[in-house]
Amino acid sequence: MKPRVATAWLGGCSGCHMSFLDMDERLIELADKMDLVYSPIIDIKNFPGNVDVTLVEGAVANTEHEEMAHLIRRNSRIVVSFGDCAVTGNVTAMRNSLTREAVLDRSYVQLADITPQIPRDYPTIAELMTTARPLHEIITVDAFIHGCPPTADQIWYAVSQLLEGKIPALSNVYLRYG
Amino acid sequence: MTVEELREVAETERARQGNFRHRITYCSAAGCASCGGIAVHEALAKALKARNLENEVELAGTGCMGLCGEGPLVRIVGDGTLYQRVDVAVAEKIIEEHIVQGKKVAENLVDTTDPFFASQVKIVLENCGTTDSEKIDDYIAAGGYEALAKAVTELQPAGVVEEIRKSGLRGRGGAGYPTGLKWGIVRKAPGEQKYVVCNADEGDPGAFMDRSVLEGDPHRVLEGMAIGGYAVGASQGFIYVRAEYPLAIERLRLAIKHAERAGLLGNRIFDSQFNFRIDIRIGAGAFVCGEETALIRSIEGKRGRPRPRPPYPSEKGLWGAPTLINNVETFANIAPIIRKGGAWFAAIGTPKSTGTKVFALAGKIRNTGLIEVPMGIPLRKIIFDIGGGTPEGTTFKAAQTGGPSGGCIPAESLDLPVDYESLATVGSIMGSGGLIVMDSTSNMVDVAKYFMEFCVDESCGKCVPCRVGTVHIHGLLEKISEGRGTTDDLALLEELCQMVKDTSLCGLGQSAPNPVLSTLRFFRNEYTELLHAPEGYVPSGTANEKSIAQ
Amino acid sequence: MAILTLTINGEHVSGKDDESLLAIAEQHGIRIPTLCHLDGLSDVGACRLCLVEIEGTPRLFPACTTKPREGMVVSTDTERLRKYRRMIIEFLASEGNHQCAVCVVNNHCELQNMAYETALTHVSVPYLYPKKELDASHENFIIDRNRCILCTRCVRVCHEVEGAHTWDIAGRGIDCEIISDLNQPWGTSESCTSCGKCVLVCPTGALIEKGEAVSEMEKKTDFLRYIVTARQKREWVNLDSDEE
Ligand SMILES: Cc1cc2nc3c(=O)[nH]c(=O)nc-3n(C[C@H](O)[C@H](O)[C@H](O)COP(=O)(O)O)c2cc1C
Ligand code: SF4
Ligand code: SF4
Ligand code: SF4
Ligand code: FES
Repeated sequence: MKPRVATAWLGGCSGCHMSFLDMDERLIELADKMDLVYSPIIDIKNFPGNVDVTLVEGAVANTEHEEMAHLIRRNSRIVVSFGDCAVTGNVTAMRNSLTREAVLDRSYVQLADITPQIPRDYPTIAELMTTARPLHEIITVDAFIHGCPPTADQIWYAVSQLLEGKIPALSNVYLRYG
Repeated sequence: MTVEELREVAETERARQGNFRHRITYCSAAGCASCGGIAVHEALAKALKARNLENEVELAGTGCMGLCGEGPLVRIVGDGTLYQRVDVAVAEKIIEEHIVQGKKVAENLVDTTDPFFASQVKIVLENCGTTDSEKIDDYIAAGGYEALAKAVTELQPAGVVEEIRKSGLRGRGGAGYPTGLKWGIVRKAPGEQKYVVCNADEGDPGAFMDRSVLEGDPHRVLEGMAIGGYAVGASQGFIYVRAEYPLAIERLRLAIKHAERAGLLGNRIFDSQFNFRIDIRIGAGAFVCGEETALIRSIEGKRGRPRPRPPYPSEKGLWGAPTLINNVETFANIAPIIRKGGAWFAAIGTPKSTGTKVFALAGKIRNTGLIEVPMGIPLRKIIFDIGGGTPEGTTFKAAQTGGPSGGCIPAESLDLPVDYESLATVGSIMGSGGLIVMDSTSNMVDVAKYFMEFCVDESCGKCVPCRVGTVHIHGLLEKISEGRGTTDDLALLEELCQMVKDTSLCGLGQSAPNPVLSTLRFFRNEYTELLHAPEGYVPSGTANEKSIAQ
Repeated sequence: MAILTLTINGEHVSGKDDESLLAIAEQHGIRIPTLCHLDGLSDVGACRLCLVEIEGTPRLFPACTTKPREGMVVSTDTERLRKYRRMIIEFLASEGNHQCAVCVVNNHCELQNMAYETALTHVSVPYLYPKKELDASHENFIIDRNRCILCTRCVRVCHEVEGAHTWDIAGRGIDCEIISDLNQPWGTSESCTSCGKCVLVCPTGALIEKGEAVSEMEKKTDFLRYIVTARQKREWVNLDSDEE
């Protein structure tokens, strides 16, 4: 059986996933080596169990991310922080020095084109956490891929290692913030 | 002043005191003064005046009498009676019943045969409770400045250093560095200009040993510093004292003025070539300014931040000159050593930790207050004989020495002798003399957290490990004590503690993790019972019922 | 001045007794990581990155402020030291707000380089996300305290080389901050001569020039050696030719 791989998208800009797609023709090679069982780029609703490796993009910024992170942890043998926002909080965490109210006000009221209002009391809308946190502050993380976004080469290297059952030791070439 | 004149002052003062039928002393240190002691003093004076006894009974304000938890304290010196919890009414009664009618006021009597008193040995505090802290003549009558006279007129500087070396005295500021050795280094350090500095920053939370000495017997410290100046070849001394000690500062100012007027400080002391002046420098009360290199910078008028040692202040101190820096209690031991000889001092205590140590007893213990005990005394004796044990219905759990830099001594080690080496074997330190007792109701994780919070607040911020590490250690302790910690957090906590200890620039950071490491060593279960395992992979089929749509 | 011989990482080396272990190591091509040290400024021993082990004592010593002794046996690259250095970088990263992706000095940053050198894959302590002020009141420069690592290079260069003493530190512990004059906006500082030395020596994106975009600014610290050797030794060094 091929390794079951998932990717997830929390509080990030999706740039890391775009970079994943930047692996171009190498994606075909990957398709032979693994099963992508969950990802924002495929149409599967529920995060499955028995996952071998999950790459997580983005910081943990709201309660839904938090629940998702725990679910990913319980259902995955190896969890990888995918990109700077997951690793350090990065741009997502730039709001942390402001209050949550100030952030909501700026986004939904000051910058609104129509119907300025802060959406509240809708059960479907997750509550913003006081601060956005890197993934490993919420759950145990096994490996880290850096960069904002990581380059396709970095991702290729890390994923290839993971598929061989190794935890990628980020060599100097691939350790690169920003 | 000459030596003969000094003796004459002593004689005259003793004769003057002999003319009184009674001598009543009351504690005028901050402890008693803050719980009604000033009113007691006034009441005693009024009661004497009302009975026209002012010429028969002398009233003197002295230093701390020790039993601070039972203050205000009043003593009738002649027969050794000590009264506790004296208020205005009791003061009146003491004069009427004890002084006039000759019968003691039973309700307020302190049993001075109690082990609280019997187990103590007083060197540093020998005058506290008997001599008037504001009168130089009283100090001289009790043998004061004789040691300085002896040093300056009979001994060579090297001889003074030798006597201190023989005494085995070790620094009372915390680290226990041999005082004689330090004096010898400063004496031999090349330099025209040298300085003597008395460290009276006393920043440990709850500590008041040095304050008590300064308030109760300021001349003893001045005399010790002057002897130090003579021994190392310095003509200028500084006392660095925190602004939170206004009474100590006032008494020091007065004492310096009196000593200068008497010619015991200034030029040509005892008609010799030796000149010595002392100035006071007031610190703003930062704990780190007790660290010697930060203290020196603060005296120089700069920001009180430590610098790496070596060079030590003994080589490069104040304004780059060789500087002798000792603690208040260290200086307070000097005069008796010179008067009675190093061998006398060395016979008290243990071979490696000689003399006595003053402790401020606090926490879950019946007798709180200031005590002085011979080095090597078993901890059990301090806690149970002197301290009277823990409160009713609780049991002893641990004693904490060394404040935020120290560690805990658990019940298993109650028979540990209290000396530098023995305390080190259980991971604690002598420290400057804070001794906090914890009983069965104390939570050790909270104890560690309390001290770490202190270090977070007091870190000067110069070096990275202490500035940031203490914050993270405190955060982890908080997380653990709130039940949110995992076994991984405990491992990280231990790693951080070791790193901050090994890499910090000064003693503050280097010792900040001690309370955590020590409570982990003896009370690990109090940590582990708060922990849970970190979340991990749950094999397929058990965790999948709940999944979230993205 | 005397010449001493000592051992660094098993190699026999010699150095002058008034030089630091750091200088001696450097002369022999032995690299010791540093952040607060900068050639030309006094040393403060604050960042603790340059700590080394010396045989015969359990204490660690900062190479930048420690003088050699005859026969000293020094180790600069043990497992313990490597671990501690990485933890120092973790501490620095956690106490500020660093978003390299949008930082003016991205790819030219000494803190970043140290993170790479110490193989820092992630910060194991929680980020503190402090609230720090950015001051853009100066006409040419900006100080963004979110990126400041409190190395005090700016304080020292301004005091020791420029002689203006515009910068100093306020507060203590984790609340320490670099301030201009008596904590006034930099633009209103009367002591600042706008020489820009602090901006050039700052190892991070805390002190930057206005008008630079992400990754655009490269710091140059070499000018300091030029000025300081001119002052102390009365000679002009040629910065281009003596690249070692
Ligand atoms: C953070 C810190 C605080 C200190 N505070 C004091 C103090 O309040 N009083 C004191 O005498 N020594 C204090 N010390 C110790 C002094 O640095 C120094 O060792 C001492 O004054 C030397 O005197 P001694 O040899 O008589 O003990 C402190 C040390 C550190 C690291
Ligand atoms: S250990 Fe703490 S108090 Fe000492 S220099 Fe470092 S930051 Fe300052
Ligand atoms: S200063 Fe350096 S570490 Fe900080 S954000 Fe900028 S590039 Fe990154
Ligand atoms: S502003 Fe730059 S040079 Fe100044 S202390 Fe901060 S990091 Fe160092
Ligand atoms: S370079 Fe030596 S302590 Fe910073």
